[in-house]
Amino acid sequence: MNVIEVQGLHKSYADTKAVDGIDLTISKGEIFALLGPNGAGKTTTVEILEGFRKADSGSISVLGFDPANRGVQARIWRNRIGIVLQSTADAGDLTVQETLSHFAKYYSAPRDVEEVIHSVGLDEKRGALIRTLSGGQRRRLDVGLGIIGSPELLFLDEPTTGFDPEARRAFWALIESLREGGTTILLTTHYLDEAEALADRVAVITRGKILEVSTPSQLGGRASAKARVQWKSDGVIQEELSDNPTDVVRRLAAQFPGEIPELQVLRPSLEDIYLSMIGEI
Amino acid sequence: MSAKKSLPTTIALGVARGGLEIRQFMRQRESVVFTLAFPIILLAIFGSVFKTTLAEGVTFSQYFVAGMIASGLVNTGFQQLAILIPMEREFGSLKRLRGTPMHVASYFIGKSILVFVSMAIQVVLLLAAGIIFFGVELPTDPYKWLTFTWLIILGSAASTALGIAFAAVPKSGRGASAVVSPVVIILQFFSGVFFVFTDLPGWMQQVAAIFPLKWMTQGMRSVFLPDSFAAREVAGSWETERTFLILLAWLIAGIFLAIRTFKWSRD
Repeated sequence: MNVIEVQGLHKSYADTKAVDGIDLTISKGEIFALLGPNGAGKTTTVEILEGFRKADSGSISVLGFDPANRGVQARIWRNRIGIVLQSTADAGDLTVQETLSHFAKYYSAPRDVEEVIHSVGLDEKRGALIRTLSGGQRRRLDVGLGIIGSPELLFLDEPTTGFDPEARRAFWALIESLREGGTTILLTTHYLDEAEALADRVAVITRGKILEVSTPSQLGGRASAKARVQWKSDGVIQEELSDNPTDVVRRLAAQFPGEIPELQVLRPSLEDIYLSMIGEI
Repeated sequence: MSAKKSLPTTIALGVARGGLEIRQFMRQRESVVFTLAFPIILLAIFGSVFKTTLAEGVTFSQYFVAGMIASGLVNTGFQQLAILIPMEREFGSLKRLRGTPMHVASYFIGKSILVFVSMAIQVVLLLAAGIIFFGVELPTDPYKWLTFTWLIILGSAASTALGIAFAAVPKSGRGASAVVSPVVIILQFFSGVFFVFTDLPGWMQQVAAIFPLKWMTQGMRSVFLPDSFAAREVAGSWETERTFLILLAWLIAGIFLAIRTFKWSRD
């Protein structure tokens, strides 16, 4: 069963088309990343799926429910999802533990508060007031609040913006553990390495349209793209594009008596692919 | 995961939110000082400066205490919420709440509990200061206590609803206090809190009569001043029934407006 099904999604603000005909299908247990520059329509798309905004047109099903619906059914639906917004900065006069315990009360089958505190790595800060937390710690609390209701589907909107590299690694490990628990995750990010590390599939979105949906390793024909072989000869960097870089290296090995000077075999990184994709528009 | 287990009730969550709101309130030095201590300081200043006698057995301080208790209903309800809610909206706390299965009514119940508790603390503090320093006497007539009780409940409820409604007005959380506080202070001047109401110009009295604070102050005077003073009111009487009806009308209007104008996020 598909957790999210979207067809022909459109949303305009005054004079701009924020979302201009998006189709998406995300299946159960999948980690799906929406990649795109700022203003591409990622957050608008996600906020429509979260029920925070109304689409102008399009058919939307999230866990079999139209997020634009209201009333008791909507509350039962909200009980099954978790949302981590882009930024939240409460006044912060409650402790980590108080906040999580309180939010746990909103759900029919919440996770254990201590277990959540542990899984987001805030054990040492459980009694600290939120306003004393660092940016990264606050973000981890946001994630804790997103998962406290044991959601089947979790929305993460740019979860690691402002993290240092170590905190990001720790955060990725947390998301991996949620994947093992079977949670479906829709993630938006503008970090390519994050999408590559976490996502089963990525969609590149720009100017409200999806350019491609693929696995990170195959995006933009990455797997089949020509490799670049570089070496130095007569003091100048030489370069050759090839489908069979091994043959090129073999030929060079025969040509040079010892080491091939400054040899490199380069394949396009996800970032190269992504930049060339969004640059095409 | 037990999918059959049902969601917690709106009332239970409202009570839980109320507890949380009070805890937050008590931890914010600004709110404790501004909401609770400031009226006491005002009382001390005005009570000490104006020592005139208004009528047989009624000093200005006593008149002022009654007005300040009425103001307390406006401070803890209208003013507190119309400043607090825009801040919660700006910080994104409201949007986060909206993403949970909690019913919006639980949020309103929580806010009402916060208002009621802070109001009760403020009224007790003001009364205590009035009794100890300014010779205010507690009424002995049970009918006056009845009036006091419904004034507090109705006034506080109307003030809460109007505060939630007015919270739609400030454009930003940080600017909310600059928008809301002048409204309250002007109303206090117009409604006979800082001056004797009947000494104010006629047009001011007429403007004040539209708003609930004037009726709350008059109601509180009917509780704390001797009945002989009723002759000094605009109508020559306490107008108790009228006060009740006007506050009730404001409560209904406030609830209607609050439901119509409440917004979870800025856009």
